[in-house]
Amino acid sequence: MTASIDIRDAFKTFGHGTQAIQALEQANLAIRPNEFVTFVGASGCGKSTLLRMIGGLESLSRGSIAVNGQPIAGPGVDRAMVFQHYSLYPWLTVTQNIKFCRQLKAHTHDRTSADVEQAAGRADALIRLMGLSHVADAYPSQLSGGMQQRVAIARALMSRPPILLMDEPFGALDAQTREVMHDLIRHVHRMEGSTIVFVTHDVEEAIYLGQRIVLMAPRPGRIDTLYDVPLPAERHQDMKLAPEFLALKREILERIRETSGMKTDLEQLARLNAAVGADAALTTD
Amino acid sequence: MSASKRAGGGGSSLWQIRSAIDPRQYWLLALFGLVAPLVAWLVASQLDGTDKVFLPGPADVLARIWSWATDDDLAADVAISTWRVVAGWALSAAIALPLGLFIGSYRAVQALLEPLTDFVRYMPAVAFIPLVMLWVGIEEGSKVAIIFIGTFFQMVLMVAEDVRRVPLAQIEAAQTMGATRSEILEKVIVPSAKPALLDTLRVTMGWAWTYLVVAELVASNSGLGYAVLKAQRFLQTDKIFAGILLIGLIGLLIDQGFRLVHRKAFPYLAGRHR
Ligand SMILES: Nc1ncnc2c1ncn2[C@@H]1O[C@H](COP(=O)(O)OP(=O)(O)OP(=O)(O)O)[C@@H](O)[C@H]1O
Ligand SMILES: [Mg+2]
Repeated sequence: MTASIDIRDAFKTFGHGTQAIQALEQANLAIRPNEFVTFVGASGCGKSTLLRMIGGLESLSRGSIAVNGQPIAGPGVDRAMVFQHYSLYPWLTVTQNIKFCRQLKAHTHDRTSADVEQAAGRADALIRLMGLSHVADAYPSQLSGGMQQRVAIARALMSRPPILLMDEPFGALDAQTREVMHDLIRHVHRMEGSTIVFVTHDVEEAIYLGQRIVLMAPRPGRIDTLYDVPLPAERHQDMKLAPEFLALKREILERIRETSGMKTDLEQLARLNAAVGADAALTTD
Repeated sequence: MSASKRAGGGGSSLWQIRSAIDPRQYWLLALFGLVAPLVAWLVASQLDGTDKVFLPGPADVLARIWSWATDDDLAADVAISTWRVVAGWALSAAIALPLGLFIGSYRAVQALLEPLTDFVRYMPAVAFIPLVMLWVGIEEGSKVAIIFIGTFFQMVLMVAEDVRRVPLAQIEAAQTMGATRSEILEKVIVPSAKPALLDTLRVTMGWAWTYLVVAELVASNSGLGYAVLKAQRFLQTDKIFAGILLIGLIGLLIDQGFRLVHRKAFPYLAGRHR
């Protein structure tokens, strides 16, 4: 299952009057079916806001977002979302969390016994795929952060969503666990054929995972540059050392620095240092 | 050796912030915490020059409880008081739980009801006594009404707060799985808030007991609070002590009951239950 996403002239303003924050200004982006797109950019550039708008969790101030040509109105089962944390249900076991959507009316149209059986099979398959078999009956509080995120991903995949939206899902994980998760999510992308939109502030993660990278810039939040990732569809960890990988990483990091206003910060710091130096020179005299 | 003891972490010191301690140690300390004041009381009452009317000893109070039980129908007083407290509290809960759920879930309901509730909760329950007598009469209903007034408004606000503490990500995850509004209330917000709600019920039950004496100011002729008030009139200090201790004891038992239910009902919170 897969789907396209069309973002047309999307604006988002938070607040009113003098308090108004322009979180997103005129975003235009067409995401192809089964594409893996990653969003990067300085903090506060509107990555989460845009992702949440696609998910239907945030309304648009202007413009439109369409899935398979149909304008979206609120959240829907065609767009599953994985959050950074605190989204699992602590009172349910791992298996119950993954099967949560089966309790909802939105998923009861397929309640023939064959479908129920198939769903049970899918839950089992996801538990095995995510390496959760040994904790299937544990509660989320008994799991490590990495395992909890696997449960969250399995839960999102349970209903075979054509679109998977992920907001820094691995932000809280250590480097080793992240690498495992990266290969896992790429495997899911290939196997399920879903369209994946993935927000991160880790440029290496963005390049390794994405087929296309959307760089956003802050104040006002906007889409700045699109990059095609010059790597084959099949990825390996050692590609992170390939010259084209490193070149793209440098280019993106440079652009983020330019757009984030960090440069001026550095200049200010230099001025400050110079001033302190002059002061010190005065006192030693 | 002492160098290996770190200030904030590691080791198994009793003074480790929030760290678990041996259950035996826990119960020993709890017992000590309960017995020490008793001993202090005993000593103070035995001192020369301590007037029995001013401070009766534990033995006097025990004797009073005994005679109360045998001659004065203590069981009936306990039963009627417990009934009043539980009825007032249960009535509060029956209305506060659904109302708090809506205040905590919908901003519009919050705007409509929360400022009003916040305002009313600062009004002293005692001051309502004349009004309650006027509106409800002086039957059982009036005692229940006072306890209701004393607990309800606080309870609504606490329930609303418990509901608002449900992580937004839990709700949004359900939304992206296609949950309807009623499904989110029933399958996410309520189960997620349940442990906090049970805590709120436990705490407000304690408050309900503190309103018992006030409630039994209203034309009573039975109950623990009434007994304390009557004893005050005749300067029976030992009976005042007996009444206060019994109220405390019943409260403690009910509180422990709630904690037990909490442990049994929410096994997934194993880390929190010591
Ligand atoms: N609910 C909200 N109310 C008001 N302002 C908001 C809200 N959500 C986001 N904003 C503002 O919109 C801007 C974009 O926020 P957003 O969270 O989308 O950034 P981000 O790119 O995801 O940042 P980060 O990398 O730190 O997660 C910020 O200035 C933020 O303060
Ligand atoms: Mg963000």
